[in-house]
Amino acid sequence: MARVVVNVPAEAKRGEVIEIRTLAGHPMETGFRRTQLGELIPRDIIRTLVCSYNGVEIFRADLHPAIAANPLITFTTVAVESGTLEFRWTGDNNYSAAHSAPIKVV
Amino acid sequence: MRSAVFAVLLCPFVVCAQIPLEERRSGYEFMSRETRAMQDDDITGPAVLWLLDGEALWGKLGCAGCHGDAKASMRGVAVRYPALVDAKLVSLEQQVRHKAPQLPYESRELLALTAYVAHQSKGMPIAVQPIQPHVDAGKAFFHRRQGQLNLACSQCHDDNWGRKLAGNAIPQAHPTGYPIYRLEWQTMGSLGRRLRNCLTGMRAEQYALGSTEFVELELYLMWRARGMKLESPGVRP
Repeated sequence: MARVVVNVPAEAKRGEVIEIRTLAGHPMETGFRRTQLGELIPRDIIRTLVCSYNGVEIFRADLHPAIAANPLITFTTVAVESGTLEFRWTGDNNYSAAHSAPIKVV
Repeated sequence: MRSAVFAVLLCPFVVCAQIPLEERRSGYEFMSRETRAMQDDDITGPAVLWLLDGEALWGKLGCAGCHGDAKASMRGVAVRYPALVDAKLVSLEQQVRHKAPQLPYESRELLALTAYVAHQSKGMPIAVQPIQPHVDAGKAFFHRRQGQLNLACSQCHDDNWGRKLAGNAIPQAHPTGYPIYRLEWQTMGSLGRRLRNCLTGMRAEQYALGSTEFVELELYLMWRARGMKLESPGVRP
């Protein structure tokens, strides 16, 4: 199951720098490993994480085979207005996961 | 005389002294700051993914039908296992799957459910009973030289803890955080899987997950760690 966890502060002051932590459950199979019979295990990784804040893209990350399983990606942004943060992960084998978190700016 | 001197020189390495209770340290204390931070992160730590799955399975598999809310009913359960159930020694995993035997050992579902159950006892002192003859059998296993390297568990974990093995700190082998999220595995795993790792390193005879030998060893390790706080689910390097 595509499980993701996101931690966004529920409330922030206008102009405050807020930390956003995202965790996606994913094996991040590199594509370089082999089975005991010598067969290549096909690559299966998350390719991108995109975060938008009230429809405006504020963060984008490209992921690569050297990144560990269950990647934790942390970034910061400035709290400008109340609304929603949308997160979308996409990857190999049609992997897709989404999450949205509300934020109240006072 | 000469052999006596030899014995004295080698003393710190050959005596099979048990670690005094007050000198016991959890594997957590041997970890780097970054790895500790992973374990301490209750919201976005990697083990959270398993805890959430375990909570969902608790309802889906019908555990709640008998046991109700795990937060109340499972508090203090994990610190008592392995324990006797119907006169048979069983590990926490085995007890967790008593009504769900379709879940194989090391399956994501069983690990998630076990982690969820164990998590309810986080912070409680380990309180297993020293059940005879199982605890003695486990102790004998721990002190028995075995494998092509002719090593006993105690030679590393009692006699040489805190030193390095292949660049890694040797911990005291207290099972305080199982099931653990192990960085080397990139996933969650049971104490049984960890024991198999050690036996592989010792090039010793392997035992099946859930075998009597492992559950007895698990009991001895938990007895050895009695009173220490449960950290489940832990993160280990």
